[in-house]
Amino acid sequence: MKAIFQKTITVVIFTLLISTSLTAGDWKQFRGDATNSVTGSENLPIELSGSTIAWKAELPGRGLSGPIVVGTDVLVSSSSGYFQDRLHMLCFDTRSGEQKWHRQFKAIGRTMTHEKMANATPTMASDGRRVVAFFSSNDLICTDMRGRLLWFRGLGSEFPNASNSLGMSSSPVIAGSTLVVQVESDAEAFACGVDLATGETRWQLERPRAANWTSPSVITGKTEETSLVLLQSSKGLTAVRPLDGSIVWNFDGGAATIPSATVANGTIFVPSNGITALQVNGDAVEKLWNAANLAPATASPVVYNGQCLVLNSSGVLSAGDVLDGNRIWQLRLRGPFSSSPVVSGGHLYAFNESGTAFVVQLEPDRGTIISELDLGEKVLCSPGVGDGGLFVRSDQHLIRFSRP
Amino acid sequence: MMNKRFDRGRPQVFAALLLSFFITAPVSARDFRDAVDEAVRILATAKAGGQGSKENQQAVITLATAGDKSLMPLLMGFEDATPEGENWLRNTFEQIADQVRKKEKQLPATELEDFILNTNHSSQARRLAYESLLQQDPGLQKRLIPAMLMDASQEFRRDAVSMLLEKADAAAADEAVSLYRRALSGAVHEDQVSRIAERLRAAGEVVDISQHFGFVTTWNVVGPFDNREEKGFAQVFAPEEELQNSAEFKAEYAGMNGPVKWQVLQSEDDYGIVDIAGQLENYKGSLMYLTSSWDSPVQQSLQIRLGTPNAWKLWVNGKLVFQREEYHRSTRMDQYVVPVELSAGPNQLVVKLCQNEQTQDWAQKYQFQLRVSDSAGAGVLPGQAVAQNVYAEEDAR
Repeated sequence: MKAIFQKTITVVIFTLLISTSLTAGDWKQFRGDATNSVTGSENLPIELSGSTIAWKAELPGRGLSGPIVVGTDVLVSSSSGYFQDRLHMLCFDTRSGEQKWHRQFKAIGRTMTHEKMANATPTMASDGRRVVAFFSSNDLICTDMRGRLLWFRGLGSEFPNASNSLGMSSSPVIAGSTLVVQVESDAEAFACGVDLATGETRWQLERPRAANWTSPSVITGKTEETSLVLLQSSKGLTAVRPLDGSIVWNFDGGAATIPSATVANGTIFVPSNGITALQVNGDAVEKLWNAANLAPATASPVVYNGQCLVLNSSGVLSAGDVLDGNRIWQLRLRGPFSSSPVVSGGHLYAFNESGTAFVVQLEPDRGTIISELDLGEKVLCSPGVGDGGLFVRSDQHLIRFSRP
Repeated sequence: MMNKRFDRGRPQVFAALLLSFFITAPVSARDFRDAVDEAVRILATAKAGGQGSKENQQAVITLATAGDKSLMPLLMGFEDATPEGENWLRNTFEQIADQVRKKEKQLPATELEDFILNTNHSSQARRLAYESLLQQDPGLQKRLIPAMLMDASQEFRRDAVSMLLEKADAAAADEAVSLYRRALSGAVHEDQVSRIAERLRAAGEVVDISQHFGFVTTWNVVGPFDNREEKGFAQVFAPEEELQNSAEFKAEYAGMNGPVKWQVLQSEDDYGIVDIAGQLENYKGSLMYLTSSWDSPVQQSLQIRLGTPNAWKLWVNGKLVFQREEYHRSTRMDQYVVPVELSAGPNQLVVKLCQNEQTQDWAQKYQFQLRVSDSAGAGVLPGQAVAQNVYAEEDAR
């Protein structure tokens, strides 16, 4: 009884701590500002239907990159052309769906991807003043919030072997004044920190030479100097300081190469032999638990309300206890899912590949599907949330859901 | 100190000059042109590695201040621009074109159309001009595209082929064959060529796709050599040593399974696939050397386009031009594009092709396809200086 009480108290504290770290507003990079797919107090619709589609804007070409939201801007990238070598950055008004600007660039690096992927697979990132688009071809482009070019890096020509013929998908993250990109393939692999203001490389790390589609995660510290960026690969997880790339610690227990680690209140949930929870203690890390039956497929895990939520390869959503990894409940959705779900206001929003959206009400002992909507378009991107809207893109459209 | 500051702030000075030109016109038109040209030069020479981005941003301000008078100089700047520079020029052009449209003004149609039609200009710049002008002149497509079947830009060629295919699909049988033949002459993309070939073959016509694309189909091959644990990729075997030292190959070597000799391997595939696994054997954990000679009538800059799911190295006339150690991550035609300088006379092409020991069904291919093309992707055959086409002269007439 005492043990149950202690556990309950701990879950409550954990939940409160997570809740206090959440703020409504922007969604400035892959899986949101905190790279954890959770947003605080957005008042999203819990029933998705035609009446909650606020607008639908046409997009050029193809893309798997997710939308990001900065104030009243929602931004997304695409690639077009026979060789997918035309790169697009687009900005729309979050409220009206009107296109604010559209800039195009020519890829310098190799653009070949598997037919399911597209050159525009990585999600953009922004610090609120600048926006960075990254592509499978390793073209890295930074503009201001009006689409005026600030710098351009052709990492595909600077490192011509750092490419994957199936396509690259790692989304860059911003930690303070540094943009961190992971460019890892069988033939060449590195991660680098780029000065967001100038586009010049601050540091570069050699990485395990193996195909890797994961994206970095960020643990935001009190200062830029104390923040950590987590680089995942088949070898495990490496924490680096974003300013200089110095390695703080390594977890060498192996990890997945598609779903990425997520962080909640200092605990890291790594897709590693299922899910492995790691606790950061100062400049070290220790393993808390491993749950082999929480096995994420492509979607990255999401942690919410004391539960680690995972979508497996059969389209089953599983909730594990953040304290010990024990599975609490399961719910069969219809997969497969390429995108990572998002959680807002006690509800999980997941889009499967064929374009069916699910809203799952999250409760301590169960998850319940409370709404389903077939969009009739393939959805492979992870949605973004901001300015009261849920944004998702297909190849053809960018769509906003919000309460009528 | 003042001089240093002045140097660093040169683009700002240009912007100030331009501003004063508009306000009081105290500077000459020549100063104005010089300022625009210098800003274009700065962008066109944009460096790799993100260096000089602040200076580039100032140059953009200079050009934006000059407004639509910068548009044509920006397009001209593509001529010798770096790949990064092309993107700086493009972005600045788009910004200014947007400004012009917002003011409900027109882009300079005559100048842009002349620029598009001048094939001496950069393909990218011409396409940018075309797409920009198309927004205010939707009739441009029908007016310009049909004559662009043999254009240096693969995008213009694709559009021209598409228009011909529409006509051909709707035409009577005899006329359709002629239109498909004509479309084929300009087609450089696999999907269009395969569609045309299918239609022509259905009509009883003979189509040599391999020759159309310029695939190299006859190779001398020797192997297998040892690539177990993928160690052979970096190892220099006897043919490779001879390639680097004497360029003359012996008749026989010690291979991984015993003595090996050169033998001729001919591809009969439409897309030039040389299939080691199918035509010889899928030697797991092995590598092969393949060589072919390509005669060029003149010294010329061309492209070698290669596709393979295997690790590979490519030498041209004894010089290693690219290498890639990736296994079974998919393959397609034109997967790799390698710019090469070919000499007049015979050019020696050598490929080192490596197979690993993966056991999955999808990891059993042991093959490559290699072709020689111009920059638009049109196939170039031995003995040709550029892609030749009977319709080119007709179009010119």
